[in-house]
Amino acid sequence: MRAVSLLEGRAVVLGRAEVDTDQIIPSVWLKRVERTGFGRGLFSEWRDDPNFVLNRPEHQGATILVAGAHFGIGSSREHAVWALLDYGFRAVIAPSFGDIFRNNASKQGLVVVALGDDDVQSLGSWAAAHPDASLVVDVARRVVEVASTGWQRSFDLEEWTRQRLINGWDDIGLTLRHDQEIERFEAASRVPTVEGLFDASGHLL
Amino acid sequence: MAGRTLYDKLYDEHLVSAPAGETALIYVDLHLVHEVTSPQAFDGLRIEGRRVRRPDRTLATADHNVPTDPITTPVADEVSRRQLEVLEENCREFGITVFPRGHENQGIVHVIGPELGVTQPGMTIVCGDSHTSTHGAVGALAFGIGTSEVEHVLATQTLPHDRAQSLAVTVDGELREGVSAKDLALAIVAALGTGGGIGHVIEYRGSAIRALSMEGRMTVCNMSIEAGARAGLVAVDETTLAYLLGRPAIAGRPDRDALVERWRGYVSDPDATFDRELVLDGAAVTPSVTWGTNPAQVVALDGVVPDPDELSDGAARDAAQRALAYMGLTPGTPMHDIPVDVVFIGSCTNSRLEDLRAAARVAAGHHVAPGVRALVVPGSHRVKHDAEAEGLDRVFVAAGFEWREPGCSMCLGMNPDQLTPGQRSASTSNRNFEGRQGRGGRTHLVSPAVAAATAIAGRFADPAEVA
Ligand code: SF4
Repeated sequence: MRAVSLLEGRAVVLGRAEVDTDQIIPSVWLKRVERTGFGRGLFSEWRDDPNFVLNRPEHQGATILVAGAHFGIGSSREHAVWALLDYGFRAVIAPSFGDIFRNNASKQGLVVVALGDDDVQSLGSWAAAHPDASLVVDVARRVVEVASTGWQRSFDLEEWTRQRLINGWDDIGLTLRHDQEIERFEAASRVPTVEGLFDASGHLL
Repeated sequence: MAGRTLYDKLYDEHLVSAPAGETALIYVDLHLVHEVTSPQAFDGLRIEGRRVRRPDRTLATADHNVPTDPITTPVADEVSRRQLEVLEENCREFGITVFPRGHENQGIVHVIGPELGVTQPGMTIVCGDSHTSTHGAVGALAFGIGTSEVEHVLATQTLPHDRAQSLAVTVDGELREGVSAKDLALAIVAALGTGGGIGHVIEYRGSAIRALSMEGRMTVCNMSIEAGARAGLVAVDETTLAYLLGRPAIAGRPDRDALVERWRGYVSDPDATFDRELVLDGAAVTPSVTWGTNPAQVVALDGVVPDPDELSDGAARDAAQRALAYMGLTPGTPMHDIPVDVVFIGSCTNSRLEDLRAAARVAAGHHVAPGVRALVVPGSHRVKHDAEAEGLDRVFVAAGFEWREPGCSMCLGMNPDQLTPGQRSASTSNRNFEGRQGRGGRTHLVSPAVAAATAIAGRFADPAEVA
């Protein structure tokens, strides 16, 4: 994945809580077998509305999304992360996130920032009133700041995830360093496999 | 040493490596694959020149896209067809057993795992699908993963995964007559809220859980993710063992007795402690229905559409108002007075034989109300076959229901089974999110018996009303 250490960009506020992954990318978009091109499907059920916040001219080019609690709950579809990235978002700030979404984001370099409810509220109000102003998400230092006002908050980011993000490390590559341990584990495992259950056409033997 | 929870035991047993400062690595015993979340993962393997490490711990089925019309119907949507073909091609290339559309073992991935018996106690099971939590009903640690993780498991058979918090959901008391596992699942999600389980693995405990059949436990575990928890567990007991011993993958094994002995250990120790606990009274659970656009927005079937103005929390009030606008509902309306256009009986929550029996019992001798379309979609070919052997298909067809081929169908509307804008459904699935069953569609989650009664009455109805 691409390395991400410091992001600076304009923020757009999605004034909703509990935005599930079906809303981030509706299922009709999931039929594709490619990893690209999902940006067009982002929030597609809402984007027909010309007043939807992403459609407003002052928010074009925003790269940081500010949203309500439990962002990304629901389905495991990584397509939600691909859609946000493909559209141009690099970070999402919200009070909390769905577990699978958070994981998926960390594999793709989409930065997920959880701040307290009140902080998200005040940051959101400020950003909505200042569509031109920049926010900084500093992954390396684990802080979000508004350069022009000095407002600053630190956020929790597990050290290993921070390392992976700022170095752009690929998880599979990291895991393969533990190949010997995996082999040892497999040699000792007594858990049945599906071997010998089915014939070549998948029928039970 | 303090006692360990079932989750702790499963986690500890699967720890491959826990290097300081890194996410721990756990082993995956069974990886289930379907057509929607896997193509990009297989692509990733090809690009890096990697193989599937353990094809013998991997199993694939088509489910999300398959049309549920007669099996001879070609897949009209070209993109869906391509996705189904790509699954078969990938499985062939990487040596994975696959059940394509129409295969006797094909069905919704979370239905076929347990019914074949490949889902077993003590296993770690993952799938690129959030309802993988279903498999926890047999005492396995099972959770949904994203496509990058699918690729990771294909390549390494492991997953970076830190220990989660533990949450006991204890339901004592007896469920009342006419109250099903689905009603209990909705009650639990309502009590926890959509985010209440985030960061946690739930273990369902208590006499009401013990009294559930395996199918009922799967329904409850299935909806763990609707409360934000990645996994739900039920400890192994005699119900679990009796169910498993009849499964094709287990029945003929020479080491069956040794397996059973080991499986008995997959319970929490009596002195184990949980990070959190939620206690519910099973006797207080009623037949239920959702009124809003998330699965925690639940009301009793004989209740009314709630009034957002009565909510003290501003954000919850806004969310409720938005939900009611989307659902086209007015506060104070009795749920019994709300007419439906479509009834969907199916999905990995409620498409097993027991669910279809419950619906057929209500439908027998009645007819679907004029203007209502009612679909019954069995969870797998095996369920369909067994239901037909009992004559359930004839009961449904005589009552005016459509009897379909197995698949996810209208649970998420990736195939042609979709709601049109503004249509209202009573659905036995697990998500009533905006647009989930088709753009602009309005979904109410209910149990199979309530769904059948609603189809007959043409509005939300209790089975007792149509008896
Ligand atoms: S039935 Fe619905 S919830 Fe279950 S796997 Fe299929 S789409 Fe997902």
